[in-house]
Amino acid sequence: MPYDNAKTYDKLIFELSSPGRVGYSLPAPDVPVEPARAQVPAAYLRREPVELPEVSELDVVRHYSRLSQMNYGLDTHFYPLGSCTMKYNPKINEDMARLAGFGRLHPLAPDALAQGALRLMHELAGMLAEISGMDTVSLQPAAGAQGELAGVLMIKAYHEANREKRTKVLVPDSAHGTNPASTAVAGYEVIEVKSDANGEVDLGDLARHLGPDVAAFMITVPNTLGNFEPRIVEIIEMCHARGVQVYMDGANLNAVLGITRPGDLGFDVCHFNLHKTFTTPHGGGGPGAGPVGIKAHLEPFLPAPVVVKDGDRYALDWKRPKSIGKLQAFWGNFGMHVRAYTYIRTMGPDGLRAVSENAVLNANYIMKRLESHFDVAAPGPCMHECVLSARRQKRLGVTAMDIAKRLLDLGFYAPSTYFPLIVEEALMIEPTETESKETLDAFCDAMIQIAKEAETNPEVIRSAPVTTPVRRLDQTRAAREPNLRWRPGA
Amino acid sequence: MRYLPNTPQNQRAMLDVIGARAIEDLLVKIPAKARLSRPLGLPPALAETDLIRHLRALAAENADADSYTCFAGGGAYDHYVPSPINHLISRGEFFTAYTPYQPEASQGTLRTIYEYQTMLAELTGMDVANASIYDGASSLAEAALMAQAVTGRTEIVLGTGVNPLYRRVVAAYCEGPGLRLRDVPAPEGVLDGAALRKLVGAKTAALVVQSPNFYGCLEDIAAAAETAHAAGALLVVVSDPVNLGVLEAPGRLGADIVVGEGQGLGVPLSYGGPYLGVFAAKQEFVRRMPGRLVGATVDLDGRRGFVLTLQTREQHIRRAKATSNICTNVALCALMATIYLAILGRRGLARVGELSLAKAHYAAERLGQVPGVSLRFSAPFFKEFTLKLPKSPERVVARLARGRILAGVPLKPFDRRLGDCLVVAVTEKRTKEEIDAFAEALARMVA
Repeated sequence: MPYDNAKTYDKLIFELSSPGRVGYSLPAPDVPVEPARAQVPAAYLRREPVELPEVSELDVVRHYSRLSQMNYGLDTHFYPLGSCTMKYNPKINEDMARLAGFGRLHPLAPDALAQGALRLMHELAGMLAEISGMDTVSLQPAAGAQGELAGVLMIKAYHEANREKRTKVLVPDSAHGTNPASTAVAGYEVIEVKSDANGEVDLGDLARHLGPDVAAFMITVPNTLGNFEPRIVEIIEMCHARGVQVYMDGANLNAVLGITRPGDLGFDVCHFNLHKTFTTPHGGGGPGAGPVGIKAHLEPFLPAPVVVKDGDRYALDWKRPKSIGKLQAFWGNFGMHVRAYTYIRTMGPDGLRAVSENAVLNANYIMKRLESHFDVAAPGPCMHECVLSARRQKRLGVTAMDIAKRLLDLGFYAPSTYFPLIVEEALMIEPTETESKETLDAFCDAMIQIAKEAETNPEVIRSAPVTTPVRRLDQTRAAREPNLRWRPGA
Repeated sequence: MRYLPNTPQNQRAMLDVIGARAIEDLLVKIPAKARLSRPLGLPPALAETDLIRHLRALAAENADADSYTCFAGGGAYDHYVPSPINHLISRGEFFTAYTPYQPEASQGTLRTIYEYQTMLAELTGMDVANASIYDGASSLAEAALMAQAVTGRTEIVLGTGVNPLYRRVVAAYCEGPGLRLRDVPAPEGVLDGAALRKLVGAKTAALVVQSPNFYGCLEDIAAAAETAHAAGALLVVVSDPVNLGVLEAPGRLGADIVVGEGQGLGVPLSYGGPYLGVFAAKQEFVRRMPGRLVGATVDLDGRRGFVLTLQTREQHIRRAKATSNICTNVALCALMATIYLAILGRRGLARVGELSLAKAHYAAERLGQVPGVSLRFSAPFFKEFTLKLPKSPERVVARLARGRILAGVPLKPFDRRLGDCLVVAVTEKRTKEEIDAFAEALARMVA
């Protein structure tokens, strides 16, 4: 057996500390320190030294290298997480984001000294507007949920400017959790709209809820079951007829690049997840970027400042009296803008369309290969992801979670599980276009193996994973007796 | 196309399995009237070498902190970034992993977040820190919402010294829940105690104090805590954690929630983001906190392991009733900070603070000796201070930039009354020679 670091390494950085050891390199002072210290009132100065580890540079490098080996990343594993669009993150994006002119630029550098950065942002916003068919795009939101908040706040400002009092936002029961959460933060009452048996919006239920007190309808297209909402144009027309703004959650935009555009469908607002469709890395849980696109009637309310072009000069326009304000201290997650820009310029219009076509092909291929082994949540063809149900396996004592854990043992990350909420024992699979047929076949083979194991040897699934650094963890204990920080001797 | 592995033969074989003639057949659910009938109007694809040339040209138009001596602050600082950080965060196992929802396959990320929470709780003097928020400003906004949820009160009192960019973010977030913002003037660069006591009262959910504040001045956090607590309000302190090797932990001065921008902890300047929102609080508020939390537990064999915990606060479980709408946060930036704090350690962080403090005071003295230039406020400061200039600060900045010096942040866009002022930041990276050159260039400019 080769030495298995992930199984045997169990340290935290604090447990490597040795008094007097250093890992940093700082210059000797070239100006006096003590007189400056004397200028600060003693009560403002730290009394006890900060308890941080004392380790060498190699200690640090080896520790974090070893910890990294306890992760499944996209670079090492197929990651079929539905709704997350775990596609390849191109390395050239990283080189570009690290160019000193981008990575080392101070946000409060005068506009005249940041022309390249402002131009990149202006062009990226323009390209996202073209891709989505929206009129204007703000790059400021830091992530999808913040894009949602920005979008809903703009809708709110719009209704208020029209002196309309609307207090409710409609959200399908299949929606991502951020939709109701963002809407609630914006001060709206959230009303759930039912889905029909195929996971599509129940038009009757929608019509019942549409009234003069409804500000917006928020919907994911393609929906969270992986299907294009076939009556979307009618839905949007129904909403507009009642003065209701329509918001598209753009989490699934990877399915429709160059095929259809939210703006052309009639949407008033849509956000983009640059960390999904536009290949910026997920980083173990962010940073992402969640630009928001809008139609012209919402432009006065855009987050400030807006990047504008005047002749051949670019600037941050702060004179936005009706703006909803700011969402981040500065202009957005610029490092992610550089990566997304690099990606779009790499792909070009034909490349982006090929992205969606191959994403759809890959998802349908997986669905077809697995449909006789698992229940399918909604009939195909699907778009960029397919949702299976493990309800058949559950009768054999194997849950969606068990299947996810077994996949880890077989060398794959897991699909999204238990989402959307309207599908029993949901397994949501999004392969993305960057995976090869060989990888998809290997994954399908593993899923079929698991389906067979459920019938012949369910225990091997229920006891999974056994090859990971730890086995199943006690979540109840973690929540009942929260241990959220290390303490010496604990 | 190098990111698309399906060959025409692969596509054919897959379509045959699916039973479709062409990919087009898979798109039948999209109504014809909804289809885009032309190619996207985007520039054509660029080969890698051409793309690099194009982006290098764009990057070269920017006054970055490698080619300019950076004295700009205002919430983002040119601090030392030890080399191992970029190497370690670039490991694909960290970089390309998702949120650790499958803990058995994510122990690397979970352990680093647990270390991060420990380090930030220790630095801020609080019981518990979360796994991060987007940036300092959105952390403060989340703190305002949390204070409302905890106290059931309707007003947030903000010191004028709170970064005005943060104030605008707080205002946007407070629009929905109808929280009212009230400002305390800071005529002498720090909170006016008498005005403060008048404003903080039975409606106050939280008093927000930033120290060092936007002008660089140090605030009396303990006094602010007393005022807030006497009225039954929470004290929220906006703090720059890189200073906390030298400055007292806000938690020991009475803070209930500590937020701040962690960019100084090894995160690139990157024109304003992605950054690192720090969020720490007292134990009693943990179930009201926004964002992810990692906790220690054991596995089936009794081995130590880590999981996302207390998730019933979060949007994917609680939906409209969640404590916050945050989902994606900034785990990779938190990892940068964790590695930074491991490298700097107990003594290095104090050294960074001392050097910044000393160099800032040397710079204040040198620049203050330039004829016509003076320190605007007399309050004690840390690594940043406000100068009053005899000429337009915008013009001074533009002129000094010709000599490759970024002189600081003019206050005019933020406060017209301080239109003749410039905020100057000095980190441990600045040398005596650079500061002297700045003073000489300023003297020539204003002469």
